[in-house]
Amino acid sequence: MNKIIAILATGLAFSPLAQAAEFNQIQTEKSTLGFVYKQMGVPVDGSFKKFAAQLSFDPAKLNIAKAALDLDVTSIDTGSDEGNDEVAKKAWFNSKTFPRAKFDSTSFKALGGNRYEVTGKMSIKGRTQIVTAPFTFNQQGSSAVVDGAFVLKRADYAIGEGSWSDFGTVANEIQIKFHFLANAGK
Amino acid sequence: MQYLQQLELSNHYTRTAMSLHWLMTILLVCLFAVGVYMHELPLSPWKLQVYSWHKWAGVTAFILVLARLAWRFTHRPPPLPINMSRSAEFSAHAGHALLYVLMIAIPLTGWLMSSAKGIQTVYFGIIPIPDLLAKNKELGKLLREVHEILNFIMAAVVIGHIGAALKHHLINKDDVLTRMLPRFKR
Repeated sequence: MNKIIAILATGLAFSPLAQAAEFNQIQTEKSTLGFVYKQMGVPVDGSFKKFAAQLSFDPAKLNIAKAALDLDVTSIDTGSDEGNDEVAKKAWFNSKTFPRAKFDSTSFKALGGNRYEVTGKMSIKGRTQIVTAPFTFNQQGSSAVVDGAFVLKRADYAIGEGSWSDFGTVANEIQIKFHFLANAGK
Repeated sequence: MQYLQQLELSNHYTRTAMSLHWLMTILLVCLFAVGVYMHELPLSPWKLQVYSWHKWAGVTAFILVLARLAWRFTHRPPPLPINMSRSAEFSAHAGHALLYVLMIAIPLTGWLMSSAKGIQTVYFGIIPIPDLLAKNKELGKLLREVHEILNFIMAAVVIGHIGAALKHHLINKDDVLTRMLPRFKR
């Protein structure tokens, strides 16, 4: 028993993970990008099925940390087929003309403990806005879990125009929730 | 004189029973008509509004039917005319029981359908009603069918109910119909 502990301890001591490491390999299949929108006061869940995320994050080197997200707007799941057909239209995402949405980080900030904040440029439907999202970063061995959420205002990106521009039926505030699993680089 | 008045009273429905009966008549007819109208609408803010109103009215109908059942169990309805045959009596009781079962089952299936479709019912957009079912597309479709079929059964039973009331009034010439009408009619 003691031997096993000794071996484990030695292993840990020599592992690069005992020190800060850079996490830069997103496990896409274990990551999710969801959102919650309110329709007639009812919160409804949705998600993006296809996205590519890039991360290089070392909690000890926030100044060189980077995060980028490229998501396939047509992979949206609003919770119903009817809704999915609708949001592809011009009034919503106009996904024929703007099939992709992008996020590129510009800076990171430590908020204390395992909490951080990322600021960056979000581009949807040809419009770019600065967004800030708090997140937690939990390292578990050679992988880390990133969990965060922020509120995006759909009107800032003209998502839902015309008869949909009234916030009475579909609220302006859309909560975006991200959950990424990242492995440490070799 | 006093005795006669009492006899007449006991042969009438209470004001509460009559109010609940007619209030629910209006509500259920509107709910049925709106239900038929709304499901073919193209997705629009109007459709989302109508669906919410239908759900709120449905919850109201459910509360009213519970109040009605509570009233019925604590206040004996007037007896059926003595000259009715056994089979006619049975049909009357079975018909009424079926109406109550449907008035309970229809809002329940509507609520469950909502949950299965991933859209919680939030009464007047304020009071969230818990989801008993998790989101499940197939189950949602099935419950939609059940909700629709139960409604058409309800419509048939209501037509039978009206027919029976008219038969009592026009052919049997008894007070079965008039005793559900406000006093000033007589």
